[in-house]
Amino acid sequence: MVDTLLAAWLIARKDLAIEFRTRSAFVSAVVFALLGLVIFYYSWDPTAVGVTDLAPGVLWIVFTFSGLLGLHRSFGVESADHAIDGLLASPVSREAVFLGKAMANLIFVVAVQLVAIPALVLFYNLPLGDIAAPLIAIALLAAIGLVAVGTLFSAMAANTRLGELLLPMLALPFFLPIVIGASQATAKLLSGRPIVEAGAWLKLLLAFDLVFVVAATLTYPFTVED
Amino acid sequence: MSSTISSGGPPIVEATDLVRAFGSRTAVAGVSFSILPGDCLAVFGPNGAGKTTLLRVLAGLLKPTSGSARVAGIPLPGGAQARSRVGLISHHTMLYDALSARENVSFAARLYGVRDPRTRVDESLQRMLMLERADAPVRLLSRGMQQRVSIARAMVHQPQVVLADEPYSGLDDSGARSLTALLGELQSSGTAVIIVTHNLAEGLSLATHAAVMQRGKFVRYETRDGIDPTSYVATYREAVASSG
Repeated sequence: MVDTLLAAWLIARKDLAIEFRTRSAFVSAVVFALLGLVIFYYSWDPTAVGVTDLAPGVLWIVFTFSGLLGLHRSFGVESADHAIDGLLASPVSREAVFLGKAMANLIFVVAVQLVAIPALVLFYNLPLGDIAAPLIAIALLAAIGLVAVGTLFSAMAANTRLGELLLPMLALPFFLPIVIGASQATAKLLSGRPIVEAGAWLKLLLAFDLVFVVAATLTYPFTVED
Repeated sequence: MSSTISSGGPPIVEATDLVRAFGSRTAVAGVSFSILPGDCLAVFGPNGAGKTTLLRVLAGLLKPTSGSARVAGIPLPGGAQARSRVGLISHHTMLYDALSARENVSFAARLYGVRDPRTRVDESLQRMLMLERADAPVRLLSRGMQQRVSIARAMVHQPQVVLADEPYSGLDDSGARSLTALLGELQSSGTAVIIVTHNLAEGLSLATHAAVMQRGKFVRYETRDGIDPTSYVATYREAVASSG
């Protein structure tokens, strides 16, 4: 297990180093997230829909789509010149490859959130106050679920000619429970309800994470071995 | 022909009636061979003959459909143990172009759990005459230099078996000579080499075993004493012509 995690971290570090050098996916995802926030802000009449009603849905829709940009890149870097063959021919387990990719994607998605959530708070003038900690917990739970499912489908889509189209088509239906759970939990917090009222949605996110982290890790080897 | 003497002992790579099919298409159709440490099997054949698929099965990237294969006595697919003994060179460089040559080779060294990776990485790059450009991003290197880095990456963990799929692809004369010398050195130190190439001269100069592959089968397979370069060229040309 320790060997698997060490190998996974090695792969994650490599992916993050590549992203740090190129910054292509991160800049795209952040720009997309900020543009999304602006577009949604001006699409609604603030006298008809309050910002606390609007913000949760906006945040998690924008977060989901901007995350897809990073997830597509995840196995895209392995496709160029068949680098994935070098990875799979090495003695690290397939599970370590998946976990490494997922770790890098999680850091990527969290980094996008670190820009998008403060931007949302500032732009929509949200009363963050003492809900910051639970909001971070929701964001983290949502990110883990999104990354687990998205990394698996990124691996599957990378080997196809229509990967860029296939990834959203495969992943978005699975993202629905995350978007719904995170939006509902965030809405409870922003409307000033006690955190226990968001408990059911948090449990849904937690259950989704547990099921899909395990399922995706165990499924990944079958996507690369035929 | 190589003058390398096999070290004897049990086969380091062994295939028996090895078959690999993709749906209804059989890429490798019952291949059998056996090589010892220090041997070099050169496989020639037209495009689509199944040579690359054979190497991918031996590298642990594909599972055999039927038959059996062993690397260092480990039945394939043998998981991490078998893969750790193999170094794979391909006409694809398998490198990350945003990373430097040194970072690419170092990443491979760490994946393989190489002890003292820094020293080994430098040695490996030096051997392929790439130490001076070690810190250059791979995307800025020429195709031939990238191939040298790719070879350094495949050798960094000192594999017992080297699988080389068109390794001369993109190499200039100097690079090709370095590679032939390196493969010769590896053989001398007991590493088995299986090389797939269209370059008959280089392939046969290393070979202790040679095969011509056509439609998934070895249509000709000989060991050291039976390899006649002239007739191999003729068989190879016939195979290429008949494949069309």
